[in-house]
Amino acid sequence: MIGDSIARLEDRPLLTGRAIFVADISLPGQLSMRVLRSPIASGEITSIDTTAARAMDGVVAVWTGRDLDLPPIAFRQVSFEQMLPYRQPVLAKDRVRYVGEPIAIIVAENAYIAEDAEELISVDIDPLEPTMDATGQLGEFAPGLDTEALQFEFEYGALDEAFVQHTRHVEVKVRIGRHSGVPMECRGGVADFNPGTGVLTVYGAAKVPHYNRDAIASMLGMSPSRVIFKEQHVGGGFGIRGELYPEDVLLAWASRELGRPISWIEDRREHLVAANHSRDQFHILKAAVDDSGYIHGLADEFWLDQGAYVRTHAATVPTLTATMLPGPYVIPAYRVRGHVRLTNKTPAGTYRAPGRYEGTFARERLIDAIAQELDLDPMDVRERNFIRSEQMPFSRPLEALGTAIEYDSGDYSLLVKRAEDQWKLSEVEREVAERRSRGELVGIGRAFFVEKSGLGPFEGVRVTVDESGRIDVLTGGASVGQGFSTVMAQICGDVLSVDPSLIDVRHGQTDAFPYGMGAFASRLTVMAGTAVHQAATLVKEKAFTTVASMLEASVNDLELVNGAVQVKGSPDTAIDLGRVATALRPVTARKLGLEPGLGAEDWFFSDHMNYPYGYHIALVSIDPELGSPKVERYWIAYDIGKAVNPMLVEGQIVGGAAQGLGGALLESFEYDEHGQPLCTTFMDYMLPTVAEMPPVEVLITEDAPSPLNPLGLKGAGEGGTTAFGAAIASAVDAAIPGTRVSSLPISPEQVRGMLALMEKRNADIGGHG
Amino acid sequence: MKPQAFAYERAESVDQAVAALVEHGDEAKVLAGGQSLLPMMNFRLARPEVLIDIGGISDLRGWSLSQDTVTIRSLTRHCDIQNSDVPGPLGALLRYAAGLVGHLPIRIRGTFGGSLAHSDPSSEWCMMATLLDARMHVMGPSGARVIDARDFFLTVFTPAIEFDEVLTHIELPALGSNYRVNLKEFARRAGDFAIVAVMSAIEVRDNVITDARLCAGGVSDRALRLVQAEAALIGQAPTPETFAQAASLASQEVDPNGDLHGSKEFRQDLVKALTKRSLAGSLT
Ligand SMILES: Cc1cc2nc3c(=O)[nH]c(=O)nc-3n(C[C@H](O)[C@H](O)[C@H](O)COP(=O)(O)OP(=O)(O)OC[C@H]3O[C@@H](n4cnc5c(N)ncnc54)[C@H](O)[C@@H]3O)c2cc1C
Repeated sequence: MIGDSIARLEDRPLLTGRAIFVADISLPGQLSMRVLRSPIASGEITSIDTTAARAMDGVVAVWTGRDLDLPPIAFRQVSFEQMLPYRQPVLAKDRVRYVGEPIAIIVAENAYIAEDAEELISVDIDPLEPTMDATGQLGEFAPGLDTEALQFEFEYGALDEAFVQHTRHVEVKVRIGRHSGVPMECRGGVADFNPGTGVLTVYGAAKVPHYNRDAIASMLGMSPSRVIFKEQHVGGGFGIRGELYPEDVLLAWASRELGRPISWIEDRREHLVAANHSRDQFHILKAAVDDSGYIHGLADEFWLDQGAYVRTHAATVPTLTATMLPGPYVIPAYRVRGHVRLTNKTPAGTYRAPGRYEGTFARERLIDAIAQELDLDPMDVRERNFIRSEQMPFSRPLEALGTAIEYDSGDYSLLVKRAEDQWKLSEVEREVAERRSRGELVGIGRAFFVEKSGLGPFEGVRVTVDESGRIDVLTGGASVGQGFSTVMAQICGDVLSVDPSLIDVRHGQTDAFPYGMGAFASRLTVMAGTAVHQAATLVKEKAFTTVASMLEASVNDLELVNGAVQVKGSPDTAIDLGRVATALRPVTARKLGLEPGLGAEDWFFSDHMNYPYGYHIALVSIDPELGSPKVERYWIAYDIGKAVNPMLVEGQIVGGAAQGLGGALLESFEYDEHGQPLCTTFMDYMLPTVAEMPPVEVLITEDAPSPLNPLGLKGAGEGGTTAFGAAIASAVDAAIPGTRVSSLPISPEQVRGMLALMEKRNADIGGHG
Repeated sequence: MKPQAFAYERAESVDQAVAALVEHGDEAKVLAGGQSLLPMMNFRLARPEVLIDIGGISDLRGWSLSQDTVTIRSLTRHCDIQNSDVPGPLGALLRYAAGLVGHLPIRIRGTFGGSLAHSDPSSEWCMMATLLDARMHVMGPSGARVIDARDFFLTVFTPAIEFDEVLTHIELPALGSNYRVNLKEFARRAGDFAIVAVMSAIEVRDNVITDARLCAGGVSDRALRLVQAEAALIGQAPTPETFAQAASLASQEVDPNGDLHGSKEFRQDLVKALTKRSLAGSLT
């Protein structure tokens, strides 16, 4: 069962229209909240007049920043003391810092009235000069605070010596555009404070329900047990959804103030200016290499455009960028300096493959540059620098997400070889060479990367068998649509030899299971999956103990076949798990000397992440007149350690690839010089559609199971995205010889610049020859 | 993104629609397929107080051919046109262009007349009307009148229809079999409005170009005839050299504004490349 591509258990309600998303929730007496947002990128609020809005029929309440006294939103992870002053207030009081910043909320009988009332609020803002460039001069954030929220440096090895000893230095400057996860379902929530019970129930939780429950309880001064977060169906997370945003706090607070359920459903225009942006980094990378292309030392300095505030992720993205940047290569000496800069844009956070999309682009551009400058084959440079399988586990003296970086397992050369063989890439290369000789602009690009997954420290699960034999798997996990339930059911079914369709998986309900870390960092299959494996194993043991005393047999003589316990080889003795559960009713269980119920709870702990890895290959052609790059084919090889459900892994990879393509070719949050966002609809923020997606061929390998968990699992959520920008850039380089892509997304205009450069070179060569 | 409150009326006939428009004055708007109007209302860029839904007027849907004129009635859906069997080069151009309008759900609801009345400078139908000197028939309180395409598109989103008039049908010349027609668009994603598009219809007799029509979208406040390029084609043989020369002229006679999706120079280069490609091929 583990290893089978079974159909998703989640799909039936989704495909039959029975799924319940947060916008489907309608409680008696429910009101609607609307957020008035700043139309100005930077300025001082001089006055807000809400009189007319308050007087409108159907408006229940209007609040501004002066009306509430709530702390700014806390950091969830990777926090640095010096970043604290840059946290976002839930409502702006005197100062606005980006277009889209919440200034006031309106609560009304319905969303239409709320939006009408929003227009009646008049806000006067004295505009200030916005800061739109994260790499320029430092500005003032507030008196005594400049616009650099954090500068950090990590280092290992003898870097300066490396640069002295090896005098071939290769430098690249690269930029990764501002883009983000844009789930099809916008954010939203329904908060329901019941004045009778004193319980606040929040629907629409995602990603980190338990953390958010605690954060809301603390901000509102409530006991955590009086706050319940409930997850519904979720239409996409990608890192951005489910973080604690101002709207979540405002919604809960307003519901408690009014003692009524309130709904807030984000619209798309809001989403594009309010939900976390991501990426947007500029790197200067320098390597000291020898003639073989071996990197003896690597220095990186980068600037991240954090936007207007530091949100829940604090330094997650910059530190991950910094410490994962060396990737699959040994790099004996490394120094990285990161600058987290504030500008007047929508604040940024994590997005699928945070830091790795950026770092992989930067690093792999460098590898290609080394190959170009030393006239080597880029794959030879990669091979030369790869950490070898004999070096595993491989420690890099750095930390990521609070864990020491120790690559647990991997054979990078083997993955390259497997991919090249599987897809006969040398033949594809030959075809491409032929097309090039006919004058076509076409090229193949490659990129290699290491991912990380399975972040701890814990996940817990309770597995219970009912008297009909149905199994309830209660987890502290969360589901953002990734197939969590299917995977948990498969692991449980595998242990208990029960069909997954008889297994119900619950997640994201904080009142049902007290602890959970959440759905991010490709962690849940590893963490919750292992916990399910352990808890199901305990259930199996208990079933054996029970049946052993029922049949007066020895536990060692029993086996589990098709959901029934039997004496080995004797199907006529079979007692199915439902009957075992029946035998464990309290009174009979007591007679057997056992605890009532056929169930068990267990926890899996892990101090280390594990490290899957992958290889992306792109075939890109370019229309010389229009400048548009077309991705004709795309290949992704990924070593996952152990694939519980290869179809779901492939789905994750291909879906991730679409987002990688968006960042490589299309998506970019642009602003004008006044800080006005130019991409506030899907006409201007260009998500790829199915028509822009090339066929993606996927090879999943299991050559390097993780030694850190019994099933060898690693995570699959991000590897389809990670190297997309890097591989496309490399293919575009190959298609337009003598030029180099240095920024994403690659626009037709950028390509045209490269084409002009190529023509000029050709003319120069022609002129001299 | 919720519209302001509005009243809704359903017209059973063109006369009823006109009467309702007269009654409500310029607070009212005609609702056809809703694919442009409703998004604008959701963004509160349009705030009509009354919508007069003409969607149920069945005799406003469909097309007919008489001698050398094809008449397309206003409410003909983009998808109707995509699946139509209008004969000859015009039919080929209509079907192909319809397939480039938005995505399938938009083509199922959006209408031919709605596009013209919306007057987006990149719209396929606005380009075609301009290219072929379409005649727009509108009905108002004082009866029917005809507006020539060249007088119809005043500027972005502004047709020469009065607030109390309804566009009823459009006449296009049925192009003879000597016409070569084509449309080339550049967009970064399928289904997007073209950044630049060029539509062409040239008549070739005995290897000489006897009529030349070229129209560019996305380069001005309305679809633009490329008159210098057209003039350069007339009387020439339809060779790659002729086309290249016309394409150069075309790119020089447009003066587009640059924006997020393409600078002025990029758009000019696109006009050149797309003109050349449009002329070089034919949908028939
Ligand atoms: C995502 C998306 C992509 C699109 N892509 C394209 C594209 O690539 N190319 C393209 O051409 N279009 C595109 N469109 C627009 C689409 O073609 C619309 O259908 C069209 O612009 C308007 O037609 P409608 O029938 O929907 O008109 P409506 O939206 O109902 O009306 C539009 C305007 O015209 C007026 N009007 C409509 N009919 C009449 C009439 N008979 N008499 C007088 N006034 C009238 C209305 O009052 C309103 O002002 C796209 C739309 C969307 C949402």
